[in-house]
Amino acid sequence: MKILNLDHISANPLLPEVQSAMIEAIKMNYGNPSSQHKAGDQASEALERARESVARLIHCAAPKEVVFTSGGTESVNHAIKGLALANRDKGTHIVTSNIEHNSVIRSLRRLKTMNYQITSIPVDGYGRVSPDHVAQAIRDETIVVSIMHSNNEIGTIQPIEEIAQITREKKVIFHVDAVDSVGVVPIDVQQLDADVLSFASNPFYGPTGAGGLWVRRGINIWPLLDGGIQENNKRAGTENLIGIIGMGVAAECAMRDMDSRLTHTRKLRERLLKELPNYIDEYYLNGHPDHSLPNLVSVSIKYIEGESVVLMLDDENIAVSTRSACASGSLRASHVLLSIGRAFAEAQGTLVITFGVDNTEEDILRFLTALKDVVKTLRDLSPLYPKTAHS
Amino acid sequence: MYSKTVMDHFRNPRNVGVIEDADGVGEVGNPICGDMMSIYLTIRDDHIEDIKFQTFGCGAAIAVSSMLTEIAKGKSIEEAKKISNKDVAKALEGLPKNKLHCSNLGADALHMAIKDYEDRKAAKPKGEDKRREKHEHTHGEKCYCPYCDSEIPEGETFCKSCQLAVDQ
Repeated sequence: MKILNLDHISANPLLPEVQSAMIEAIKMNYGNPSSQHKAGDQASEALERARESVARLIHCAAPKEVVFTSGGTESVNHAIKGLALANRDKGTHIVTSNIEHNSVIRSLRRLKTMNYQITSIPVDGYGRVSPDHVAQAIRDETIVVSIMHSNNEIGTIQPIEEIAQITREKKVIFHVDAVDSVGVVPIDVQQLDADVLSFASNPFYGPTGAGGLWVRRGINIWPLLDGGIQENNKRAGTENLIGIIGMGVAAECAMRDMDSRLTHTRKLRERLLKELPNYIDEYYLNGHPDHSLPNLVSVSIKYIEGESVVLMLDDENIAVSTRSACASGSLRASHVLLSIGRAFAEAQGTLVITFGVDNTEEDILRFLTALKDVVKTLRDLSPLYPKTAHS
Repeated sequence: MYSKTVMDHFRNPRNVGVIEDADGVGEVGNPICGDMMSIYLTIRDDHIEDIKFQTFGCGAAIAVSSMLTEIAKGKSIEEAKKISNKDVAKALEGLPKNKLHCSNLGADALHMAIKDYEDRKAAKPKGEDKRREKHEHTHGEKCYCPYCDSEIPEGETFCKSCQLAVDQ
């Protein structure tokens, strides 16, 4: 049976246009974009073409504000550590939220060991940050506020523009981790009024290993990697040209198809949410009903554990993701789910379902039919499932 | 990630269910990863005549419970007391290192159930359900960093290789 991918957030397939552009790029045998001979010029032109496409995707003032990186994790590490180090003379305090991605959390934890102070603000039950809390957390020594645009586990989108008003007023640099938003929902960095924004290519069907950091002109940031003067002296190392070319084409496709993708994934999401109660009971939906990614559903199913669900659905050739501690590698409950008030056992039964352009409404029904059986099997096994409900 | 035997027991778990008038019941839970196992015993002539389980947990936890019931069924109480978590993991052809602690609670649940049976026989009051309150290390049991798999010495809660706390 065909493998049904409902785990696009873990790995998106490359668009056919992206695949052919990358294969062509491999065959081109490009030189080094930094070289001053013809092979270098050719490579440099391809690199700058991709930069222009990516710059248009996020509406930045000039393509040179885009720094190519190896992906979301590097972008976030670069943003946080690079800003903290470059602005140390102004202060050592950074504000963030409780539901950030591990690349943010662990970068900040690393800075903490170097005498930076971190304030992490709570979120509400939908996973939303209150701009008032951000304002209250900012003090004289605050140099950076880092808040994600959308959450990768529950899909909640933050009030970035309102937070930007505050950081602008208080003259604090605002970094937005938009890794799961850029190319998925319209992002206009001018409108958001942030200062630094992290993104990656795979969420919009480009290759992994390619990402970017937008740095507003005039913002002080150190490179994460020192060496040559590539990327406007912000990121040393010969560029991953093949990946970047793929990313550029993916950006063009994302601009062309943004509206139809949004309509398509929203329709799938609505269908899933509407049908879900016809297939399973006793579950919670996580995230905000309106301010949310169009392509993500997070559901905590009571009395069962997520890794078991993933393995059993995999036997039916259906791929989903779980936020269960058991599947996390670290064996820790998700900090995001605990932050929005899920109990430990509820967090254990959490599935993250993410749609893509390749999914259909039939896929949703196939998934729900399989899920119904899996939930029944696992609940029959579970000592937590109320005995009265057995009969 | 899991061995064939683990996947077989996960897909077709043996001896699932509840024994309503069980002679002994054992329940263990692990708050670190949330696994919970209940074991029910029927004892005849000092032997485990029937054994059933219920488990809330990952693939490893379900496979461990299933394998444990297979090993224990028909054994004498004295033999059953000697079954260790290690024996279960071995019979499953191994478990991922970071799951050895977390999900490998089957023998603990069995020993609890046997103790419950013996307490009842001696007409002692029913003991409290045992829940592990923290990451406990049984003597001689090795512990591994969940991030990098390197061995962490007994009593330590910090992985030197990752420079991270592993037990917060």
